[in-house]
Amino acid sequence: MQNKWLPYFLLLPATLFLLLFFLYPFGMVAYQAFATDEGVLTTKYITKMTSHWKFKTALSNTMWLALAVVPIQMVLALYMATIVSKLKKGRDLILYIWTIPLGISDLAAGLIWLAILDQTGFLNSLLVGLGITDQPTTFLGYQNKGTIFIAVMLAEVWRATAIILVILVAGIGLIPKEYYEAAEVFGAGGWKRFTKITLPLLKPSLQTALMLRVILAFEVFAVVAALGGTNLPVLMGEVYNRQFVLQDSHVAAAFALLILLISIAFTLLIMWLLRTPKEARL
Amino acid sequence: MSTESTVVTGNQRIAKWSVNISIVFLCLWVLVPIYLLIANTFSSPAEVNAFPKRIYPSFDTESVRFFMNFYGVGSALWNSFKVACLTMIMSIAVGAPAGYALSRFEFRGKNTFRVLVLMTRAFPLPLLALPLAVMFIKVGLDDTVLGLAIVHTVLALPFAVLITFSLFSGVPVELEEAAWTLGCNRLQAFIKVIFPLVLPGIAASAIFAFVISWNEVFAAAVLTIEHRTLPAFLLQSLDDAPLHLKFAGGAVLVVPALIFIFMVRKYLFSMWGIANR
Repeated sequence: MQNKWLPYFLLLPATLFLLLFFLYPFGMVAYQAFATDEGVLTTKYITKMTSHWKFKTALSNTMWLALAVVPIQMVLALYMATIVSKLKKGRDLILYIWTIPLGISDLAAGLIWLAILDQTGFLNSLLVGLGITDQPTTFLGYQNKGTIFIAVMLAEVWRATAIILVILVAGIGLIPKEYYEAAEVFGAGGWKRFTKITLPLLKPSLQTALMLRVILAFEVFAVVAALGGTNLPVLMGEVYNRQFVLQDSHVAAAFALLILLISIAFTLLIMWLLRTPKEARL
Repeated sequence: MSTESTVVTGNQRIAKWSVNISIVFLCLWVLVPIYLLIANTFSSPAEVNAFPKRIYPSFDTESVRFFMNFYGVGSALWNSFKVACLTMIMSIAVGAPAGYALSRFEFRGKNTFRVLVLMTRAFPLPLLALPLAVMFIKVGLDDTVLGLAIVHTVLALPFAVLITFSLFSGVPVELEEAAWTLGCNRLQAFIKVIFPLVLPGIAASAIFAFVISWNEVFAAAVLTIEHRTLPAFLLQSLDDAPLHLKFAGGAVLVVPALIFIFMVRKYLFSMWGIANR
C-alpha cells in the first residue's frame, strides 16, 4: 500500500515545481502578448512588435546566425567525436580539453572573443606585427555588420560545439563494436563504416543534439551583446530591451512568444526529420 | 623497421598524421582564447588598452584589484554565489527524489513525467524570466536572490533528474533488498546503503547546477536590479566599462566554471546518454 503511493510522493515536488514555474509561466507569456493589464484581448502588441524597424533585422539576424552556426558545429562535433572514439592514448585529456567551453558562460565567451577581435585586440596586434596590415582594423564597429556577424559566429562555434560533442560521444559509445568488426571483415573502409554504421545508428543522438543546439541558437544574446552591442539586433536582445530598458513587458512578451513558437516549430521539425523507427533503435 | 610499419601504407600514415594535426589544432582552438583572456587579466590596465598587445602577461594585478574594488562587483559576486548555492540545493532537493522514483518504480504516469522533463529541452527557458517577473512582483519575490534561484532551478532541474536517475539505476536493487531483509526499513536502507554509493554523483550534479546558475545571464539581468549577479552586472556595464574591467570580469566568471567542470567531467556523459534512449 505504502509502496504504491511512494513514487508519486517522490515525484510530487518536481512535478509541482515544473507546473508552477515552467508550464504555467509559458502560458502566461502567451496571455501577456495578447492581453492588456486590464485583461482586454488585443493584437496591438503583436502589431507594435512587427511594425518596429528592428523587428525584421532581429528576426533575420537570429535565423541567419542559427543557419550559419549550427551546421558548422554539427559537422565539427561529429568529426571530433569520431576522432575521440578511435583514440586509445590520451582520450580523457583530449575530451576534457574539448569540453571546457561547456562550462563557459555565453557572456564570458563573448568577452574572450572581444579580447581577440577588439580594435586593440590580439588579432590586430598579430596582423600589424606580421606586417599584413599597417593599421589596426575595426572589426566590431557599427559600420561593419558583416565582421560582427562573423565574430559572433566564431564565438558561438567556439563556445557551443562542446555540448553537441558530449551528446555524440555518448551516442557513439552505445553502438556495439561488433558492427564495425563485421563491416571490416566484409571489406568496408573507414568512410563506408562511418556512413553505413555510425551515422544511421547515431541518429537519435544527432536528433537530441540538433534540437538542443537549435533552441540555444535562437536564444543567442550575451555573445552578441558583448561583441556587437546593439549593432547586431537579435530576437533575445529585443526581449531584453523591451523588458528591462523600455519597460514594455507586453511587447517583450510578444517577442518571447515568437521565439517560443519558432523553437517549438523547429523542435517538431527536427523530431520528424530525424525520427528513428522503433525497430531500428539500439 | 618493425613488422607493424610494413603493414601501414603511405596513405594510412598520412591519415594518421592529419588526425594528429587536427587534434592539436582543435586543442589550441579551445585553449588559446582562454589563455588570451587570462593574459589580459594579469596585465596592467595601461597594457590592456595599449596597442599592439603582448602575448604574455606582465603579471600585474592592478586590473584584478581595479575590478574587485569597482563599485558593485563585491555584492554582485556575493549575489552570484548565493543564487548558485540556492539553485544547487533546490535542484537536488527537488530533482533527486524524482530521479530515484524513475529508477526504482514502475507506475502509471511515469512516461508523462519523463515527457514533462524532456519538454523543458524544447523551450527557451531563460524567457521564463518575463512571466515570472510578473508573478514574483505579486508574491514579493521580485529582485530577490530566491526568485532568481527559482528560475535557475528550472534550468538545472532536468539535468538533476537525469543524472540522479542514471546514478540510482547504477545501484543494484539487490543491495537495497539485502538491507531490507537485514531489518532496515526503506528510508534506513536508502540512507545507509544507497546514499553513500551515489554521493559523488549527487555532488557532481549539484556542482553542475551551480555552474548553470553561475553562468546564466539573461534571466539574471531581467529579474534583478539591486541584487544583480556578476553576469548581470557585467552585461549592464558592457557599454561604459573600460576594457580591463570587462576582461577581469570575464576571467572571474570563467575560472570557477573551469574548475567545476574539471570536477564533474566523469559525469558529463550520464546526463546525455540516458536522454538518447
